[in-house]
Amino acid sequence: MLKSLSVSRSETTIAGITMKNPIMPASGCFGFGKEYARFYDLSLLGGIAIKATSLEPREGNWTPRVAETHAGMLNSIGLQNPGVEKVIEDELEFLSKYDTKIFANVAGHTLEDYVTTCKILSESGKVNAIELNVSCPNVKDGILFGSDEDSLEKLTSAVKNAISIPLFIKLSPNVTNIVNMAKACERGGADGLALINTLLGMRIDLKTKKPVLARGSGGLSGPAIKPVAIRMVYEVSKVVNLPIVGMGGIQSLDDILEFLYAGASAVAIGTANFVEPTVAPDLIAQLDKYLEDNNINSVTELVGLAWKEKVS
Amino acid sequence: MLKIHPKVKENTEIADAIYKLVLEGDFPQNEFKPGKFLHVKCSDGLDPLLRRPMSICDISDDAKSMTVLYRSEGRGTQLMSQWQAGREVDILAPLGNNFDLDNLEAGSKVVLVGGGIGVPPLYYLGRKLKEKGHEIVSILGFNSSKDVFYEQEFSSFSEKVYITTVDGTQGMKGFVTHALADLGEDNWDVLYSCGPTAMLKALQGEVSADKTAYMSLEERMGCGVGACLACVCKYSEGFERDKNYSRVCTEGPVYDIREVQL
Repeated sequence: MLKSLSVSRSETTIAGITMKNPIMPASGCFGFGKEYARFYDLSLLGGIAIKATSLEPREGNWTPRVAETHAGMLNSIGLQNPGVEKVIEDELEFLSKYDTKIFANVAGHTLEDYVTTCKILSESGKVNAIELNVSCPNVKDGILFGSDEDSLEKLTSAVKNAISIPLFIKLSPNVTNIVNMAKACERGGADGLALINTLLGMRIDLKTKKPVLARGSGGLSGPAIKPVAIRMVYEVSKVVNLPIVGMGGIQSLDDILEFLYAGASAVAIGTANFVEPTVAPDLIAQLDKYLEDNNINSVTELVGLAWKEKVS
Repeated sequence: MLKIHPKVKENTEIADAIYKLVLEGDFPQNEFKPGKFLHVKCSDGLDPLLRRPMSICDISDDAKSMTVLYRSEGRGTQLMSQWQAGREVDILAPLGNNFDLDNLEAGSKVVLVGGGIGVPPLYYLGRKLKEKGHEIVSILGFNSSKDVFYEQEFSSFSEKVYITTVDGTQGMKGFVTHALADLGEDNWDVLYSCGPTAMLKALQGEVSADKTAYMSLEERMGCGVGACLACVCKYSEGFERDKNYSRVCTEGPVYDIREVQL
């Protein structure tokens, strides 16, 4: 009895997807898993959000593509990926041997683009959910859908109608009111939300007096953005009735707990993977131990404690 | 291997802002091959956040000691320069591909061309090539006399060592390409180079199309293991693989000198 309890303490179900733990690497920070499979068994992960996939292959932006900042980094990779057909054929085929849940992050130019790509992925049978990337700051039109409520609602509903797996929308923090964006997703029929994507930023090279990144601006990630992410998860989870995958600067167990208390049902680890390749399984083990040590039967008990009335 | 925790044995300044870090641990030479690199965690905290890629300058023959030369410039390497003997270090290694030492004809004439902090990996390479019986000439380029390091060390296995300095304060005044022209293409069979992009670009223009020549790139990196796609460069025409971009940390850092665009 006790043993089975300890196994399931970390288990959680979001949007109908049962994950062995609420921890996954964030999209864009884990490639398609291959690179990290050299370090550990990917089946340890609750899920994996794969690198953004588009209908056609994308070359990405010119270099430099990254610039370090205080407790963070700017990136402007530009959604480099081999296109959905190759992703299914090579990358998802590789991932299919692992016992984990695959969240396919999808980027597009137009509504039709998004719908077609999501449909192909849904029908492939190789992914468990779609994570719609309406918030990439590093491509010309990436952020458009993520900053206009009507477009976002229409896009959500069009994609939802085309697929048979749960749909998560990954929201941009680069908006005036993220709650309104989240509500638009809810109206459009989304099954869950992922927040936050990177914050738009820039660094100037003191020698050249020009931006460090080839593209000028880029997306800020890492510990520096965590307070922004926590605030947004808190605000959104209070008023929107959808499960949230929280992310933004997670490095430690304490960070994960903060996100859970703020209202995230699961969390994604991004930039930390670059620093510490084994960070995800390390934190999964720490969360398991924390739940056991504190006699918390289910991680779900922690979700939203920052704003929920105490029930006991 | 991948994640190692060697101990600092020595960390001393050997030229202006150039430090020699000697680490104690277990570095089997069949894994830690010349050309492979390390991804070093410089800070215990969040600043700087990312690791720093560094080349391997040498591995002792008993595989117990590794030498790393680095320039203390930014925040990360400044912190490294404070490291004291006995400190345990967090490194991902060995990463990337390596120099090809096995497909040279016996008794090849090799020229090593290094610029600044691109010099160190050529030392380990040169030492190993010498062991295999090849004949070596080294061309080491620096900005100024105060920046010069490892001239003597390279002399131990080189027939000749050219030092070039941009300001002419030591050796030949000018760039490594001047020394290479002085040596003459007829006097070498294989070229290995490592250094700043401008230097490698100049070499791409100088080296004749039929010569065997390699370069190792210095590039800003994120993860160092192929996931983040930060350190990419574009394949040259005729060298494309299934992708247009090559990850310096994974497909590189060593390339045929014509393989990628700089």
